Amino acid sequence: MFSDQDLAVMDSIIKRYPRSRSAIMPLLHYAQSKAGYVTNEGIELIAKLLTIETAEVSAVATFYTQYKRKPVGEYHVGVCTNTLCAVMGGDAIFAGLKEHLGIENDGVTADGKVSLEHIECNAACDYAPVVMANWEFYDNQTVQSSKDLVDSMRQGNPTPPTRGPKSLPTWKENSAVLAGINDGRANEGVQAGEPTLLGLKLAKEGK
Amino acid sequence: MSKLTPVLSAHWDEKDSFTIDAYTRNGGYKASAKALAMDPDAVIQLVKDSGLRGRGGAGFPTGMKWGFIPQGDNKEHYLVVNADESEPGTCKDTPLLMANPHVLIEGCIIACHAIRAKHAFIYIRGEVTHVVRRLNQAIEDAYKAGHLGKGIDLVLHVGAGAYICGEETALLDSLEGFRGQPRLRPPFPAIAGLYARPTVVNNVESIASVPAIIANGADWYQKYGTEKSKGMTLYSLSGHVNNPGQFEAPLGITLREILDLAGGVRTGHKLKFWTPGGSSTPLFTDEHLDTPLDYEGVAAAGSMLGTKALQIFDETTCVVRAVLRWTEFYKHESCGKCTPCREGTWWLVQILRDLENGSGSEEDLAKLLDLCDNIMGRSFCALGDGATSPITSSIKYFRDEYIAHVTGKGCPFDPVASTLFTSAGAK
Repeated sequence: MFSDQDLAVMDSIIKRYPRSRSAIMPLLHYAQSKAGYVTNEGIELIAKLLTIETAEVSAVATFYTQYKRKPVGEYHVGVCTNTLCAVMGGDAIFAGLKEHLGIENDGVTADGKVSLEHIECNAACDYAPVVMANWEFYDNQTVQSSKDLVDSMRQGNPTPPTRGPKSLPTWKENSAVLAGINDGRANEGVQAGEPTLLGLKLAKEGK
Repeated sequence: MSKLTPVLSAHWDEKDSFTIDAYTRNGGYKASAKALAMDPDAVIQLVKDSGLRGRGGAGFPTGMKWGFIPQGDNKEHYLVVNADESEPGTCKDTPLLMANPHVLIEGCIIACHAIRAKHAFIYIRGEVTHVVRRLNQAIEDAYKAGHLGKGIDLVLHVGAGAYICGEETALLDSLEGFRGQPRLRPPFPAIAGLYARPTVVNNVESIASVPAIIANGADWYQKYGTEKSKGMTLYSLSGHVNNPGQFEAPLGITLREILDLAGGVRTGHKLKFWTPGGSSTPLFTDEHLDTPLDYEGVAAAGSMLGTKALQIFDETTCVVRAVLRWTEFYKHESCGKCTPCREGTWWLVQILRDLENGSGSEEDLAKLLDLCDNIMGRSFCALGDGATSPITSSIKYFRDEYIAHVTGKGCPFDPVASTLFTSAGAK
């Protein structure tokens, strides 16, 4: 699963830190980018690289919800159901997607394309209701727009994020970005959406 | 004259605002050059004089925090930026970093110089991939331009979905490669922080505010804000309003003034309750429209300025449902280290679920308050305290609504009415 090139990348991740154990989180993101989830093989490799016990790596891997211990979809969809998004439509969106996809929370469609999870506040409340896919922003969603989004994923041509790269990367590709690997796409997409700019616009109008 | 004072947000409307070219074009990296030519203690004094206070929630004076780092101790010092923005309602650091990551990098260079640190870390939450991309690229570009690497190194560390890592000592444990659980204090991070070395942990907005203070001086910053709450800050308006968004204004502006700018509560509805600074700050109602939104004003009215996350809910919203959902969040995010929080939040959820679905009783309110009393101040960290805020404040202002759930044996609200697409045929 892990090639010599992967091992070289993992070595460079460890070298970022004054103490090697600090690399455990980016290494887990990186392992996830290879298999799509954190496998036992990944845990054993990280333990070996950091010269710690596999139990210590497992303890970390299972504490943080972004590390998955079983496969998720090529496109992992999170619906914010924390209070503000839930009230403004997140609950309806989540219920609509469960029905539309025929899966429950943490479920994956049979074709392996889409998985679904209800998530907590994702720091985009001025764009509520918010849906995330592979941790990219889909702002101002409705029940219908989110159904269209997952349909586009199953057809292999996902709708692009509202504030993000020009096209939606896969789960594995984005897991590598979270490991700190530069995919060269930082300049894609808008610098800000309208709500972000509202105060600045009003100030310039003298209001 | 506008009531708004865009400084952090001044160039966000330029399409390439996140690039090093745009940042430099707008005067970026001049403040760090100026600071690096100053004595470190003079930088600390300048930040102290400006009156800048922490923008992550607690409001601790930033310069004073820097001053706590022991000098001449022959130990490594560290700067750690808390970019783990996860408090429900809080959405200021994420758009800031998406639009202008370089201002944070420049702030890090200045802060490292002041506290004599050679190594800084930015701990960002893992659920914002595009922001991670932008920051990573910005750090690469700052190295290439020679702003980083000459005595100051900066590492971006990406979290993996744990609200508790916004608590500074849990963040440090996480950064050291452990489960993110809070540490007993003292010792405080200024004495024994990252790798048991003197460490400053600051919020993104606090550090990002520093370049403008260095460039324009403490007197300039002092001109904005109120007596003890100086400067300008980002207020994030969300919820049932016509135009949500970010508003950078001097501390002390009121919700009424911000709502006026934002076109008011959504048309045809009225304000019911709101949070001044995220879900961990006690709820306010329409009684508090004119409360000055500075550290002292909000505290005097019984809440906390927190992260200035103004979440607005109108009369269609069931407060019991809202509070239940926040409580489920705290239960989910409780790290499990201490009993009052781990067990207490679990019980709070059970009781609130009963109340919301109509199987609760009036005695449950007393039980909720008793549980809150045993969590507040008895938990290891502020997560437990925060969990009690929505409950105690909602019972204070909306006891009748809780009782209506008991007597009516269910929730009297139609959840569809509070969605944004009630009439859009979205069902």
